[in-house]
Amino acid sequence: MTRIGVVVFPGSNCEYDALAAVAALGAQADFIWHSETSITDFDGVILPGGFAHGDYLRPGALARFSPVMEAVANFANDGGPVLGICNGFQVLTEAGLLPGALQKNRGLTFICEPTTLIVESTRSVLTRGATKGQELVIPINHFSGAYTCDDETLRSLEENDQIVLRYKENPNGSVGDIAGVSNVAGNVVGLMPHPERAMSTLLGSADGRVLLDGFVFAPALAR
Amino acid sequence: MSSAPEPLHRALGLTDSELDDIRSVLRRDPNPLELALYGVMWSEHCSYKSSRIHLKRLPTEAPHVLVGPGENAGVIDAGDGIAVAIRIESHNHPSAIEPYQGAATGVGGILRDVFTMGARPLALMDPLFFGELTDARQRWLVEGVVSGISGYGNSVGVPTIGGELTFDECYSSNPLVNVLCAGALPTDRLVLGIASGVGNLAVLLGSSTGRDGIGGVSVLASAGFSGEDGAESLDDAKRPSVQVGDPYEEKRLIEACLELLDRGLVVGIQDLGGAGLVCATSETAARGGVGMDVDITAVPLREEGMQPFEIMTSESQERMLAIITPESWPTVAQLCAKWEVRASIVGHVVEPSVDAEGKPFGMLRIRRGFGGEILAEVPASSLADEAPLYDRPRRRPESLDAVHADDPTNDEPEGSPNEDLLDLLIDPAWVYRQYDSQLFLNTVVGPGRDAALLRLAGPGLPFSERGIALSTDSNPRWCALDPRVGTALTVAESVANLACVGATAKAVVNCLNFGNPEHPEVMWQLSESIDGMAEACNGLGLPVIGGNVSLYNESGGNDIDPTPVVGLLGVVDSLIAPPPGWAWNQGDSLVLVGTRSAAGEVPFPLGGTRWATRRGRRGGNVPPFDATTLAPTIAFVTKEIAAICAGSRSDVTAVHDVGAGGLATALAEMAASTGIGAEVAQLTGHGELFAEFPGRFVMATSNVDAFVARAGEAGVPVVALGTVGGSSLKIGAAIDLKVGDIENRRRNALEDALTSAD
Repeated sequence: MTRIGVVVFPGSNCEYDALAAVAALGAQADFIWHSETSITDFDGVILPGGFAHGDYLRPGALARFSPVMEAVANFANDGGPVLGICNGFQVLTEAGLLPGALQKNRGLTFICEPTTLIVESTRSVLTRGATKGQELVIPINHFSGAYTCDDETLRSLEENDQIVLRYKENPNGSVGDIAGVSNVAGNVVGLMPHPERAMSTLLGSADGRVLLDGFVFAPALAR
Repeated sequence: MSSAPEPLHRALGLTDSELDDIRSVLRRDPNPLELALYGVMWSEHCSYKSSRIHLKRLPTEAPHVLVGPGENAGVIDAGDGIAVAIRIESHNHPSAIEPYQGAATGVGGILRDVFTMGARPLALMDPLFFGELTDARQRWLVEGVVSGISGYGNSVGVPTIGGELTFDECYSSNPLVNVLCAGALPTDRLVLGIASGVGNLAVLLGSSTGRDGIGGVSVLASAGFSGEDGAESLDDAKRPSVQVGDPYEEKRLIEACLELLDRGLVVGIQDLGGAGLVCATSETAARGGVGMDVDITAVPLREEGMQPFEIMTSESQERMLAIITPESWPTVAQLCAKWEVRASIVGHVVEPSVDAEGKPFGMLRIRRGFGGEILAEVPASSLADEAPLYDRPRRRPESLDAVHADDPTNDEPEGSPNEDLLDLLIDPAWVYRQYDSQLFLNTVVGPGRDAALLRLAGPGLPFSERGIALSTDSNPRWCALDPRVGTALTVAESVANLACVGATAKAVVNCLNFGNPEHPEVMWQLSESIDGMAEACNGLGLPVIGGNVSLYNESGGNDIDPTPVVGLLGVVDSLIAPPPGWAWNQGDSLVLVGTRSAAGEVPFPLGGTRWATRRGRRGGNVPPFDATTLAPTIAFVTKEIAAICAGSRSDVTAVHDVGAGGLATALAEMAASTGIGAEVAQLTGHGELFAEFPGRFVMATSNVDAFVARAGEAGVPVVALGTVGGSSLKIGAAIDLKVGDIENRRRNALEDALTSAD
């Protein structure tokens, strides 16, 4: 059975939601405590949302030093699928596993609301089941979600097809309306919206399923 | 000329007669530390000494009530092996002085009350009351309070799923910041704040103890703002009594405590809130009938040189007291280390003492080292349970007759009803989009609607198909005119709100925000309000399972209008599909469900309405509370919506409670939520457009004949209002507004007011 690890830092808070979303897709998920130094027997790793280490200093700045992050880097370098959602995305950029950074929202307030995303690339482990140009309704929930990077990085993101998702209407001031990016290989993805919150029409949208289903059952690249 | 220094007991907020009571309990003079303990524990905030004799009149029992008032939170059996804990609190005075921290620590405190019961906190709601936004200070307060709730609640990982937003000049110097929390637990894990087992250990978990919040309950929560300009003049003097919150500490504390409970490692557990360590140790010992020795030197301190009274009464946040067996200590210490939560043995449970008549009682001893010097020695129950109770004088305000006579019901409308309607529209989205309202994947109906609706699910809970619904409601305009009937109508309004999401009401919690209880008029309002709540709860079959009384909400001698806030918890038995919202469909028929006119002699009373208040008209009368006509209407709507939640097909496409702002406002809100207009037949006049009385619903149906037939079978009155369609909302000849204008006005009202210059 496919087994996904959900990394838990002190201060994470979406770990149970990630677990439930993976279980709803028919795979197994287990927590990986942040002090672990190796990741074995997992088919993929999710860094969930929340406030790892209280977001002290700035989001992700301390989490990158948790022992587990070296194991996450090794797992990613071996081609293992890694997904950072919201705070998990912030951690991945701080750890240098994804380019760019997340800064405070344009309006300087926290925003929790549904957004419409447009699938830009289907090359990544997250979007491989979706179609290019597909619109997905998925909520955001963040204070520091404005994606930013220098012009050169932006060019290389576009050239290498690393922009995975864009906002249809930019809610937070992200450069290029970027909602999610991948690494060059496409096996490490980060996004600010919460696909695990869009798993059921009872809760308003099931559009997150196509993303997480693609991720959970992604074959490892080049392992 | 020099005057004699104020005696210590008075400086600590104790009266001369309370000092005599303490002397007779101890059979000696108390020492200064003991006086300080009584000062905080016998404060109004901790002891409810002015309200307790009245609160006894509330109904508190029902078969599904597992824990009633008096514990940290009320608990009901929600079915499927799941219990729901709920609690409401105020953090009014701290928020008046330091809005961000005041509101943030209010959230932290209520969470601890709920997870103390063994429940994982799953939802927060925030009823907020401010002065008018034309005043710059009010805008500062709104932004500070909302960002405090957002900053703490989002980070600590509990969704904020609703609340209320009220602006009225009576809150200008004394805003109200109430907070409700609901949590859930497997029914068999219910724990209580009881110390038992002689030889057991009292372990202090969480933050170190500092000088923040010393005397918060007695200095802030149990006195008014006396300055001429209210809170403003006291900012600096009282700010040190406001605590500072750390949501990251609280988050780790929650996870550590829930894991301790999951693994059966605690005998009893109690949060440290108002009155800090003295409250937690004396309450757990009093409930267990055992003694407790506290070692003052074992408490981890944030700063040097703290006095024993400071250590015992500090309100430093994010602390819990767990009672554990000595054998479990190594495991407890290890688990806490994993969560980076500090754990220190600060107390020992000891044998009860025996009084002069041979009866056992628990003694609280504060010592320097276990077995060391005794600094204070008082019966635990005398602190926790035996504060004097006051039956303070009550007097109906003399001005009330004139207020009743000044009825706006027959006021002629000035200007256009279109403008009147637009003026009443306000979308609170600017507030709630700053709150995480979705964590835990339970939120079926979030903030901004009649009531919030959640799946009854969470980490560690057994599977259930049920849902829980929550609403907070208040109406100070009604309660100012008639606190008894106004409170009863508020309860009815809350039950009607739950009906809109298909939920059957199960239990009430209340937060009674009133002025200075030493004013006989305020005590009359409080007593009347409690009677009104009892009448409504008895009439509608609802138990009150917890509450909070916030007194001394006054400033410069002016009391706030009576503001009882009702928190209502309901259950939906089967929640597999979302209930209909406000959004109607092209071609639907609109039906008013419930009695068209109010009970009593005046069909469409305007006293206490938002329409009248906005014109500066604050007099008049409220309609009577009539449970016999309300109950069948509410039951019918609940049944119709619950069937949709259970997955049945229905012709009902939209539903909205007719609440503040009356029928015209309800119709405008529905139009704004869908972008489609409606044509509604002539109503009887502006009274019918804007009158407010509970028990009426606007419902949209795709099959009006079938719907009316079902209502007829249930014996519920209905009035056909009109049809959905077009781009305008037209109500007879009175209202004709483009839906786009309604949407814009409603969406921008709050942000425009917040960004306006003086």
